[in-house]
Amino acid sequence: MATTFAFGKYTHAVVRAIPDTFGKKDGDKNEQGAELDLAKAQRQYGVYTGILRQKLGLQLIEIPADSGLPDSWRVEDIAIVQGDTALITRPWSASRRKEVDAVKKVLEELKLRIVEVTDQEATLDGSDVLFTGREFFVGLSSRTNHKGAEAVADTFRDFAVSTVSVHGSAHLKNFCSMAGSDTIVIGSSDGAKKALKMMEQLTDHHYEILTVPDDAAANCIYVKVGSNSNYLLHRSADECPESAAAFQKLPDYTLVPTACSEVSKLGGTLSSCSLLINRKLEL
Amino acid sequence: MTTEVGSETEVKKEPEQAEEQPQTQAETEQQPEQQLVDGKQEQSAHSTDLKQAEEEQNTQESPSTQQKDTTAASEQVSPAPQEGRAGVEKREEQPGSKGIARFLPPWLKKQKSQSHVEQKKSQMKEGETTENQIQEKEEKSPTQSPSKQQSIEKEGEEARKDTSVEEKEENLIQDHQQSKQEETKVDEKEEEKLSISSAETQPAKEDQKEDVVEKDSDVKVEDKKEEDTIQNTEVKTDRSIQKVPKKMKTFVCKVTLLDGTEYPCEVEKRAKGQVLFAKICEHLNLLEKDYFGLTYRDNADQKNWLDPAKEIKRQIRSLPWQFAFNVKFYPPDPSQLTEDITRYFLCLQLRQDIAVGRLPCSFVTHALLGSYTLQAELGDYDSEEHRHDYISEFQFAPTQTKELEDKVVELHKTHRGLTPAQAEALFLENAKKLSMYGVDLHHAKDSEGVDIMLGVCANGLLIYKDRLRINRFAWPKILKISYKRSNFYIKIRPGETEQFESTIGFKLPNHRSAKRLWKVCVEHHTFFRLVSPEQPPKAKFLTLGSKFRYSGRTQAQTRQASTLIDRPAPFFERTSSKRLSRSLDGVHHFTFPRSKSEGTGTKELKQLQAPAVSATEQILQQDFSAPAVSDLEVGFKDKEDGKEPGSPYKPTLSPESKIENEDKETEEQKDLDKTQEDVLKHQASISELKRNFMESSPEPRPNQWEKRLTGTLSAQTQGKAPSRTEEVHPDGRDLAESTEKLKSEMGREQEIDTQETMANEETTKMFTVSQRSESPSVAAKPAEGGEMKTQLREKKEETIVVRDVSTSSDSESEEEAEYRPQVARKDVDQIKEEPEENEHLPVRSLASTVHVEVKVPVEEKKELEEKIEKGGMLGEEVYCTTAEEREEPKVNGDVSHIDTDIVTQVICCSEPPVVKTEMVTISDAFASQKSEISTKEVPIVHTETKTITYEAAEVDGTGDSEPGVLMTAQTITSESVCTTTTTQITKTVKGGVSETRIEKRIVITGDADIDHDQALAQAIKEAKEQHPDMSVTRVVVHKETELTEEGDD
Repeated sequence: MATTFAFGKYTHAVVRAIPDTFGKKDGDKNEQGAELDLAKAQRQYGVYTGILRQKLGLQLIEIPADSGLPDSWRVEDIAIVQGDTALITRPWSASRRKEVDAVKKVLEELKLRIVEVTDQEATLDGSDVLFTGREFFVGLSSRTNHKGAEAVADTFRDFAVSTVSVHGSAHLKNFCSMAGSDTIVIGSSDGAKKALKMMEQLTDHHYEILTVPDDAAANCIYVKVGSNSNYLLHRSADECPESAAAFQKLPDYTLVPTACSEVSKLGGTLSSCSLLINRKLEL
Repeated sequence: MTTEVGSETEVKKEPEQAEEQPQTQAETEQQPEQQLVDGKQEQSAHSTDLKQAEEEQNTQESPSTQQKDTTAASEQVSPAPQEGRAGVEKREEQPGSKGIARFLPPWLKKQKSQSHVEQKKSQMKEGETTENQIQEKEEKSPTQSPSKQQSIEKEGEEARKDTSVEEKEENLIQDHQQSKQEETKVDEKEEEKLSISSAETQPAKEDQKEDVVEKDSDVKVEDKKEEDTIQNTEVKTDRSIQKVPKKMKTFVCKVTLLDGTEYPCEVEKRAKGQVLFAKICEHLNLLEKDYFGLTYRDNADQKNWLDPAKEIKRQIRSLPWQFAFNVKFYPPDPSQLTEDITRYFLCLQLRQDIAVGRLPCSFVTHALLGSYTLQAELGDYDSEEHRHDYISEFQFAPTQTKELEDKVVELHKTHRGLTPAQAEALFLENAKKLSMYGVDLHHAKDSEGVDIMLGVCANGLLIYKDRLRINRFAWPKILKISYKRSNFYIKIRPGETEQFESTIGFKLPNHRSAKRLWKVCVEHHTFFRLVSPEQPPKAKFLTLGSKFRYSGRTQAQTRQASTLIDRPAPFFERTSSKRLSRSLDGVHHFTFPRSKSEGTGTKELKQLQAPAVSATEQILQQDFSAPAVSDLEVGFKDKEDGKEPGSPYKPTLSPESKIENEDKETEEQKDLDKTQEDVLKHQASISELKRNFMESSPEPRPNQWEKRLTGTLSAQTQGKAPSRTEEVHPDGRDLAESTEKLKSEMGREQEIDTQETMANEETTKMFTVSQRSESPSVAAKPAEGGEMKTQLREKKEETIVVRDVSTSSDSESEEEAEYRPQVARKDVDQIKEEPEENEHLPVRSLASTVHVEVKVPVEEKKELEEKIEKGGMLGEEVYCTTAEEREEPKVNGDVSHIDTDIVTQVICCSEPPVVKTEMVTISDAFASQKSEISTKEVPIVHTETKTITYEAAEVDGTGDSEPGVLMTAQTITSESVCTTTTTQITKTVKGGVSETRIEKRIVITGDADIDHDQALAQAIKEAKEQHPDMSVTRVVVHKETELTEEGDD
């Protein structure tokens, strides 16, 4: 039953390969102005998918790269999956809306209930949606607007859907993520702190907070493997030297340092490169 | 146990009496209030109640008033016989004539009193008025304001009649009572006598008593209990309804039940909401009814809750008498409901909510919940019986698709084997997780005119824009809720970084909707957040606006009450929701358009009402007294505030009434704890009890004490043996007793070392009263060793530790602070929130403790004044509190505040203290080990009284947002030559964590020969050794020394 699922349990991961056009066309700006290394990005992507498959034991569904869609590797933006329901988003960037088709097709194959954002005024990037296992927080950012958030609320009616203002060009999940069923990892920037405060105000629940020095390090992937093993994919010490130690505070976690320096130059994060789905198909 | 006791009639008359004669007592204080406030209205209301439902004494106006009445009823003794006189004689008389009675537990008394009432009535019939006449009067005297005066006059007459009758027939009645008592309660009496001799066996006997009572229980008993149970107005009303004479004009209410059927219900025209509600609950065989309520729709088709405390007619006005039975407070955890039948009704409500879209669900959840509904109503899926269209008659969602139905069927198949109750429990487990579960939405606009929704729920106030939650204010964050015209305001507690509270305003569509929202907030806050309901605001001259308060039981109370339900699970038929579901299509208010189908199941329900119900209700009612107590606290706080609201207890109560109180408390304890033996241990023996009652006041209202003290003292001092040691009682109630003692002491010194500690535990409070012996004027001769005692002259001090075992009172006192602003506001009401941290008593309790202890010196001073120049060794008292898991947070501010109190007291007494009083408060992590500090004396001329409080440094109490539930409480007293140790053990369970608190009161009595410090240290050490797993959180050393010799100590 959808309502009794365990947070962090996944069966599938949907990813999309990094196209040759990676970073070339304007999907996102190159935030750091650094040069992009396509080969490195692809290598990192390879390692990333390997971790998903081998360490986390997820069934990987890889959507082929499409050089016409330079940002298509950011599959997280394209859909919000909770339980058996997938909300296909309406990305802010019009050029990215074509990315939807392939993802939708995959999700349909997984027999998820597909809901699409129909409101033409709505914009919604999946990276602005944080699902805590108990509720949704939708970042009202430069990419996601109120109508987009409403779509989330309309789709996932069982849950409280709260809106959180996100300042700057980042998505909500650029500075926070879940590191357990009741643990929020949060960055240390002012924006992150403000957002966290708002989330704490809005929630009925109590979350543990793990603060890390770098916003970038606050985006992790938490996966529960088996009945009781907690895995956390986080930015490696090379990439976020100050923050890596913070994860040691998590007891009984298997920490998996994962690199994504290249995609992060485009505003990408660990979580933005995959869609994690819990779907037992034999149902 | 006077005739007057417990007769409600009297209670209500009292106001009038008050007019005639100034009452010097608590009652007076209460009454004025009432008079001031609602004045005649209330009176008339009371009278109406009275007459309407003789049995039902509760003034349903509000819990507070009810309480007052009740208490008053139980304690009318003194007031009724003209108070003007010195109470001495009367009191003497009373104990004499009613000696037995005083030992009887309150319910017994009440019973008596009730029977009294009846007797009285009959007498009255003989004498002057017949009941019918009275009732006719009632009818005529429209309880309402318009004809108040009329009714008042009538009442006045009646009252006078009553009084006279009573006075004349007091003896008669007493006889009656006694005989009655004897008839019914022989056993108990015997037991009590027994208990006099044997302290040990007492607990068990108490139990027995209770049993007996319960066995004996006939309707009357129940009624009595009901009286006790202030909160449970509905039950009372139940009764009252049953007993309503047929002459009443009645009205037929149509109540749409949760299964969609309509139940016609006849109520008297002027019945209050609770009457109807009680009838419905009875019809439904529902005991856990506090979660439910009745709604009606106003002209704007808005759903309004019928206020149980107000007349139906005045609420619905010209609207049709059409109501709906609904869940009012959605229990956050339905699994904690005691009975399946309650869950069933909750399920019905939720199905409705879901079907009309009030409770939004995802597709999957619709399907899942639907499948549980099928399982509950149809049982296991049967492929033959259940064709595919079998479910299309149900409605699982506002818009039901084939896909959904398929999914429902699919899931239904997986529930094989679940019983209806199980399926419903699972239904609820899933439904409760829905984010809109229990959220009551109200349309509003924010300050910028943007349409939003305000959602009131168990945790606070939620702000939605469209479906998105855009803000949330948990109850602890909200300082005040108010409305003015169509504006609704919440005042927000400043955050850590903010300095100022902010007020947020919302615009509601109109005044009524603002008020409706405000009421819902007040009710939700009270129900979910407080342990006991708040008293309605005291009426002040200048107060305008609604005095509305939630008057029912809180969730904490109802949970407690439901733990006592022990009836066999009632059988009830689950009506198929098929019929109703279709009719709901497209309906967006969940009224049931069709009242049609006479619920098949409903009828059965009726028939099936278990005979056990009454018994159970009894039980339920018993524990209503607990709420009452908590109300007391409210009063108490208010008093501190100087408002002096109705005080439930009268100061000059005769001993019996005290016993009553005590018994009441005991009763509560029993209710609280099923291992009653423990609880009751503190009632060591009747004799001790008696003494305790005499000398202790369970009344938690320091200020009152002070007042009384002042009065009492002066009276006593003037009248009696002024040069002798006076019995000083903080509580005027003790007057009688003390007088007696005085008399006995006249001739010779009393050589009794009275070292008693008594504790009253109540649901929410505990008072520890200890008396201390002090060396007499003879003290010039320090006693030797064990002999000392004989030389001690009895002196009494009361140290009262008021400690909340549960959270409410704090909050209330917290609120009290908030109350002030309210005065200034017009048309604005507020409810105050207890900060989460303070939710636990500790803070308050500390304050109270110190507070009271501080008082001691004052009393002592007086005494000492009289005894000037008499030297002697005084006792030393150690008060240590051991607590596990939680420390009592200490508030220095409170202490100092208390200091000021002392001063005030002194002034009040207008007797310059000869004694130096020192209050030292030390906060220290190693408090217990520093007891030596107490030795550092300040040189003093005559007598020194020191109260030193050591607190563990940890200030805890944060995060305790759950009210604690008192599980057990016991008091053990042990004595040795020079020390008396009283151990008070209370166990509370809070949020799954049980806390054991042990308070030891060690009284070390002796003279210079004894090293007090050593004894103290030893005592503490022993205490620690006895409870190695516990930590000492507080040590209060109260030391009194009379210094005639140098360096003695």
